[in-house]
Amino acid sequence: MTAPAPYDVVIGLEVHAQLLTRSKMFCGCPTTFGARPNSQTCPVCQGMPGVLPVVNRRAVEFGIRTALALGCRVNEACRFARKHYYYPDMPKNYQISQYEEPLAEDGVLEIDIDGGPRAIGIQRLHLEEDVGKLLHEGTLETAQASLVDFNRSGVPLMETVSRPELRSPEEAAAYLRAFRAVVVFLGVCDGNMEEGSLRCDANVSLRPRGSARLGTKVEIKNLNSFRNVQRALEFEVRRQAQALDAGERIVQETRLWEADRAYTRSMRSKEYAHDYRYFPEPDLVPLQIDRRWVEEIRTGLPELPRAWRRRVVAQYGLPPYDAEVLTQSRALADYYEAALREWEPAAAAAGDRPKMVSNWIMSELLRVLPGDDERAIQSSPIPPRHLAGLLRLIEDGTISGKIAKDVFQKMFASGEAAPTIVGREGLTQVADEAALSQIIASVMAANPKAIEDFKRGRTAAAKALVGQVMKATGGKANPALVNRLLEDKLSQT
Amino acid sequence: MHRPIHELTDAYRRGDLTPTAVAETYLARIDALDGRVGAYLTVVREQALAAARESELRWRAGAPLGPLDGAPVALKDVLCTVGVRTTCGSKMLESFVPPYDATTVERLRAAGAVILGKTNMDEFAMGSSTEHSAFHPTRNPWDLTRVPGGSSGGSAAAVAGALAAGAFGSDTGGSIRQPAAFCGVVGLKPTYGRVSRYGLIALASSLDQIGPFAQDVTDAALLLGAVAGHDRRDSTSIQAPVPDYSAELRKGIAGLTLGLPDEYFIDGMDPDVERAVRGAIEVLKGLGARIERVSLPTTKHSLAAYYVILPAEASSNLARYDGVKFGLRVPGRDLVEMESRTRAVGFGAEVKRRIMLGTYALSAGYYDAYYGKAQSVRTLVRREFAAAFARVDLIVAPTTPNVAFKHGEKEDPLSMYLNDVFTIPGNLAGIPGVSVPCGFGATGLPIGLQLLGRPLDEARVLRAAYAYEQATSWRSRRPDLA
Amino acid sequence: MIERKDVEHVARLTRLALTEAELERMREQLNSILAHLDTLRAVDTEGVPPTSHAVDVVNVMREDEVEPCLSQDAMLANAPDRSGEFFRVPRIIEE
Repeated sequence: MTAPAPYDVVIGLEVHAQLLTRSKMFCGCPTTFGARPNSQTCPVCQGMPGVLPVVNRRAVEFGIRTALALGCRVNEACRFARKHYYYPDMPKNYQISQYEEPLAEDGVLEIDIDGGPRAIGIQRLHLEEDVGKLLHEGTLETAQASLVDFNRSGVPLMETVSRPELRSPEEAAAYLRAFRAVVVFLGVCDGNMEEGSLRCDANVSLRPRGSARLGTKVEIKNLNSFRNVQRALEFEVRRQAQALDAGERIVQETRLWEADRAYTRSMRSKEYAHDYRYFPEPDLVPLQIDRRWVEEIRTGLPELPRAWRRRVVAQYGLPPYDAEVLTQSRALADYYEAALREWEPAAAAAGDRPKMVSNWIMSELLRVLPGDDERAIQSSPIPPRHLAGLLRLIEDGTISGKIAKDVFQKMFASGEAAPTIVGREGLTQVADEAALSQIIASVMAANPKAIEDFKRGRTAAAKALVGQVMKATGGKANPALVNRLLEDKLSQT
Repeated sequence: MHRPIHELTDAYRRGDLTPTAVAETYLARIDALDGRVGAYLTVVREQALAAARESELRWRAGAPLGPLDGAPVALKDVLCTVGVRTTCGSKMLESFVPPYDATTVERLRAAGAVILGKTNMDEFAMGSSTEHSAFHPTRNPWDLTRVPGGSSGGSAAAVAGALAAGAFGSDTGGSIRQPAAFCGVVGLKPTYGRVSRYGLIALASSLDQIGPFAQDVTDAALLLGAVAGHDRRDSTSIQAPVPDYSAELRKGIAGLTLGLPDEYFIDGMDPDVERAVRGAIEVLKGLGARIERVSLPTTKHSLAAYYVILPAEASSNLARYDGVKFGLRVPGRDLVEMESRTRAVGFGAEVKRRIMLGTYALSAGYYDAYYGKAQSVRTLVRREFAAAFARVDLIVAPTTPNVAFKHGEKEDPLSMYLNDVFTIPGNLAGIPGVSVPCGFGATGLPIGLQLLGRPLDEARVLRAAYAYEQATSWRSRRPDLA
Repeated sequence: MIERKDVEHVARLTRLALTEAELERMREQLNSILAHLDTLRAVDTEGVPPTSHAVDVVNVMREDEVEPCLSQDAMLANAPDRSGEFFRVPRIIEE
């Protein structure tokens, strides 16, 4: 969407990522999703009288890892702060977050959009605790009561605030995609927007084209998918443009995106509701981030998705779309390269091989695996070298592509290598011209009507003949060869 | 029968007394007399007797857990005790039963202490007289028309009135030391971070500490030793090892330099208090200590700084009391109404006042002028103590400017706040302090001498207190409750 | 000087329902206390950093290990209004 003339669009995104730690931010309760309500809580995460928080080191490590991947400066010292507001999903009626001294600042995230790559500034990255879940008996508007589940309360959250440098809803969606790819790749977050492990709020304002002064910004909440981010922002930009065109003033407020009704609705919260009364958390001591720890984490950073994609496209000639799919997770990207290297140790753009590996992963492997995450990939019954082995057999004509798909299923079920299965079941492709010619001849003799149809222009008839030949060979005939021989024979009739 | 814990355990060892007999005696005394004193909110008779029986078995087997095994103690109702209601002196928590023990309570149980019950306090530890308990006031065993001090008035009165052999309280601005002085017992506030705050219902997180009330300094050392030390559940708790406080007690004070701060002898002080404290200083000199003047100029601003910091942190800590998950709930047509009514009914006037003050101090536009400023003044207070301790080993001063006043005498909040003017600086600086009896006023009410030490120097503080105590006999005088 | 509307605002922020009489009394008492607290302005704190912790401890962190939780029943035992496995609260009206 281009910005509605005569306005420039200014968007900033705040992304909250739930960190993949085993235990919560400030206590030892587990973070697993989907447990029975209020069964993963303790006095600390329920904010009972007398309890105290203790920082989870791995959450800090994940924060540092992400900060480094985003080119941020990891601060020498950081502190936690209390952020006060009343809501029943927040046990203490304050959230332990970070305010004046966050973990990291001043980073950048590169996004790819139609016009080319852009670098979007990241203002800050900090750690905080998540809140519980509210269920309403009905909708929020009609419910007479609400129910609270504190399982999620205390789960570590990493909040990243972008600079207001996104210029369109499309860029915002691209930013979110790129951000998700980074955190999933780093293994710090599972990026599941449906389950709420990745959440996004946006700040949108419009200003006259070319003006330096920022317009009034509106906060948009409840953006729970990439698509909704884009749709909500498109709506909001239109709404603000219409209002400004009509000479109205934009109210600084928070609006909720209602996906079903495709509009943003004012939450009517007045400014004073946001007096968070921040002060340094007295129950937690400052963190002085050891530089050696930071360097250790930096050394352990994997190649990030964007860099991986660029390299793979350049090195192997893989289409960008494939590279994008393969960087859904680090495990998947690693699997791809491992399989390719097994087949082609030089791992250069050697003909069709890089694309074949990619095709088989995308259309076959991902279909049978329970997920694309590390655990799913590592527990795959088909390790990279087995896939490579299968593809080798296709390339050298030992089996047809169709047979290979069956073999693949069998490999998945048994964990055996392709040659073993092919050998045992006699699936080797029939590529003997003489033998095939004979079979074709008998099929043609048995189907005179098909030949008539073909001569009259019905090319489908030829396909039927091919089918008969394949049937006669138990599917093992080399299809390309069958087609050629059949074509020759048909043209001779 | 009112013997200090160390004499009780000697008797257990010799077989002259048993933990059960002693527990029974205390429980009977509580039954008979606490109606008049009001030291207790909850007495856990069955639990106490069960613990006493177990202690007795250990003593008989010659395998006591340590110097507190079988010691009957009381706990200020600000400490969470599993399965036993913990009210914090407030209607808000009248029905709250914690599902966990505070670390201090765990350690006391592990030491074999016999917990008799939970004692009365000013609501949410806000007060200096225990008149602000939502349930009933506590009365000073020396004169039942007077207050025992606060906020740990119940624990102080229990020890003074022989309703417990020892007790624990909490001190945020003097809430152990001041009632100890008013009730003529020993009261110790440790260095901030020396005793775990896990399970202590928070008032002001950067000021609160748990500490013992005792009949004598020997007991205070034992009680502190049982609970002090690092706790991984409290991020502000200190790693430093805990010395054997008892071993250091008898070292004496010859050669120590004691600082006498100019600012702690103020106009309007009770002349009896000044006289008693100066008399104590002469005793200390006689024991070989050198006295030097020190100046702590920011003392006069400590009260103001404290009354910004405390309400600010307290307003935050008390935000969780909203009728949602535990405690009182007053119905409302919607959530906000329910919460607002619950807090209006559940909190008393003093608590509401401080919550309002604290919320205001933290609110937009006022942070720098109040909270920020107060925390900087606090730094000055710390620096002044540090500079003084470069020249002296301990600071000696009165604990309070007055003796126990009559119930209802201090209605005005500001005049109540002035009770803590000598104890507050120690909390701002996070240093250890003890109050030890040093005489009586004309009205027969006890007076306390305060000793303040360097961070983590409880051993020296106790040693000086011990030397003074042993050179005098104030502790042999007891209130006559019967 | 605290005005009546400031008192109301603060009471709302901190969810305290105060009666008319209480609001007025609160205003008076807060003003008198604040007058006393304003004496802090006179203290020269130029270049003096604030103390947020009275103890010089840094970097206290715990390992990422799961510890046993309390049971549902233990956690819900104090609930003023328990609905099955949940805490129940009256309806939430957005301001």
